[in-house]
Amino acid sequence: MSIRLGEQASESAAVPEESEGVGRRGLLARFLRHRAGVAGAIIVLLLVLVALTAPLFAPYNPDYQDLNAILHAPSHAHVLGTDDLGRDELSRLMFGSRVSLEAAALSVFIAILIGIPLGFIAGYYRGFWDEWIIMRVVDALQAFPFLILALALTVFLGPGLVNASIAIGIGFSPGFVRITRAQVLAVSNQEYVDGARAIGAGDLRIFRSYILPNALAPILVLTALSMAAAVLAEAALSFLGLGVQPPTPSWGQMLSVAQNYITLAPWLAYWPGIAIFLAVIGFNIFGDGIRDTLDPRMQL
Amino acid sequence: MTFVIRRFLVTIPVLVLVTVMTFSLIHLIPGDPATVILGQEATPGAKAALRHQLGLDRPAPIQYVSWVWGVAHGDLGNSLTDRTPVSTEIIQRLPVTVELAIGAFLVAIFLAIPLGILSALNRGRFLDYIAMLFAFGGMSIPPFWLAIMFILFFAVRLHWFPASGYVPLLQNPRANLAAMAMPMVATGIREAAVLMRLLRSSLLETLSQDYIRTARSKGIRRWAVILKHAVRNALIPVVTASGLTIAGLLGGIVITETVFSLPGFGRLIVEAVYQRDFVTVQGAVLVSALFVIAVNLVVDVSYAFLDPRIKL
Repeated sequence: MSIRLGEQASESAAVPEESEGVGRRGLLARFLRHRAGVAGAIIVLLLVLVALTAPLFAPYNPDYQDLNAILHAPSHAHVLGTDDLGRDELSRLMFGSRVSLEAAALSVFIAILIGIPLGFIAGYYRGFWDEWIIMRVVDALQAFPFLILALALTVFLGPGLVNASIAIGIGFSPGFVRITRAQVLAVSNQEYVDGARAIGAGDLRIFRSYILPNALAPILVLTALSMAAAVLAEAALSFLGLGVQPPTPSWGQMLSVAQNYITLAPWLAYWPGIAIFLAVIGFNIFGDGIRDTLDPRMQL
Repeated sequence: MTFVIRRFLVTIPVLVLVTVMTFSLIHLIPGDPATVILGQEATPGAKAALRHQLGLDRPAPIQYVSWVWGVAHGDLGNSLTDRTPVSTEIIQRLPVTVELAIGAFLVAIFLAIPLGILSALNRGRFLDYIAMLFAFGGMSIPPFWLAIMFILFFAVRLHWFPASGYVPLLQNPRANLAAMAMPMVATGIREAAVLMRLLRSSLLETLSQDYIRTARSKGIRRWAVILKHAVRNALIPVVTASGLTIAGLLGGIVITETVFSLPGFGRLIVEAVYQRDFVTVQGAVLVSALFVIAVNLVVDVSYAFLDPRIKL
């Protein structure tokens, strides 16, 4: 087998056919051709649908304890079996999607709320605040192993869905600071920003009208990828008992119950894990699809 | 040399901020820490004594200085549950975690390098899809679920490995490796996926360089070019990133040590969290952050010596 290394690689560096001046419709069409990205979008959509319609379609009340049906194997009555308190596993799984999505959305929202303003200040005003305060805080936050930081924050703040989301959100904020700062640095030297300043536009208007629209693409991608990581982090905190508190069903907590009955009721261990896996991979490949659509050379 | 000096200087504010943040954790406790730790029923005298022991009866800046002074002398305070020094407890737990981390890192490297090379060489073809599937799967699979599945299949069903139970390495290397094999793989898979994707894109870029074509046209055999010329250079960013994956690895270890009940550093944190032993949590958080800072410093500085082009 002969190889043509040069040729192979030039293919990799090739820019997609219509890279400049694609309208919104062109972007959508390009995204729809990205098979993995579309698969991710479908998974995310289904997940949202399940979360919204759980009260309509769940076969049982997720908190209802049927003490005559403890640790029952999957059957016609309980398609995925029942847990240690006789609760229907499928219903809990469906309701668990709500906690997962709520926590992930809230944590990413918090990360954005912290990250974008700080990133803008760092990149726009530069100098002392940027070099010695904001970016060093970012460095310091990133020195803590993420899960250990989240664990510590939730134990000091107290467990629960909101506190877990705050902990995860703080952990994710450095990513948003860095990406916003990098975009601001890249854009604020452009002539149109100078022009805007010359006609008397204020800092806030420059940010809103010129910098934010240009920074949106990487922020969007980071948001999707952060959703994936947040679902995983929330599940990990719930697994350790620090997320949403019982009896509210969450996937991580269901897995920690399953681990205790691994020999008696192995069926409990499959589905919560598969649900987390699907949610995470859905957001991951969705984010990847958006990136390839908007800018294949983006480093993220 | 200026790079090395600069790199050290930048570390100083980061160190200060990391200690300030870790120190501030105890002030995040809603309400009075002494009441939270001892419970509502505790006598005012007991609360005052604990506040004094934790230094909470002094102004915050003085608390911070005396805490940092202690930390600099290896004193992380005493555990709230059994009064042993936190530093002693951490040192006792370290061997397990170090072994697990090294094992997981080796698993990551041994999976990532061959898969990354195969996937880059077969770009867009079947093998590449399989490798990318592994990469996305590995990055998305919850590590605690993977650990539970390992226990279910390899311990409960097949009886290949023990489900839990740790044996020190020096006491019985065979039993130790049997107990550590599943945790190592469960922790390493995620890093393997991250490093594999990185190596793939880095190798694709390297393969497009002129010197690769030159080497090929000189008549050097394909695999010699790939391994000696391309992979070596493509590994540079991967090595940098593997320094950064240390933080992720430590987080993963917390989970796997919990699932497999290994008496390591991660398990120490989780136990302290369950017992609301804030002093131990604080100490462990600080140690993990200092470790990450040290590793990144070593990686960056050794780079400056290995690659003379690097300047900050």
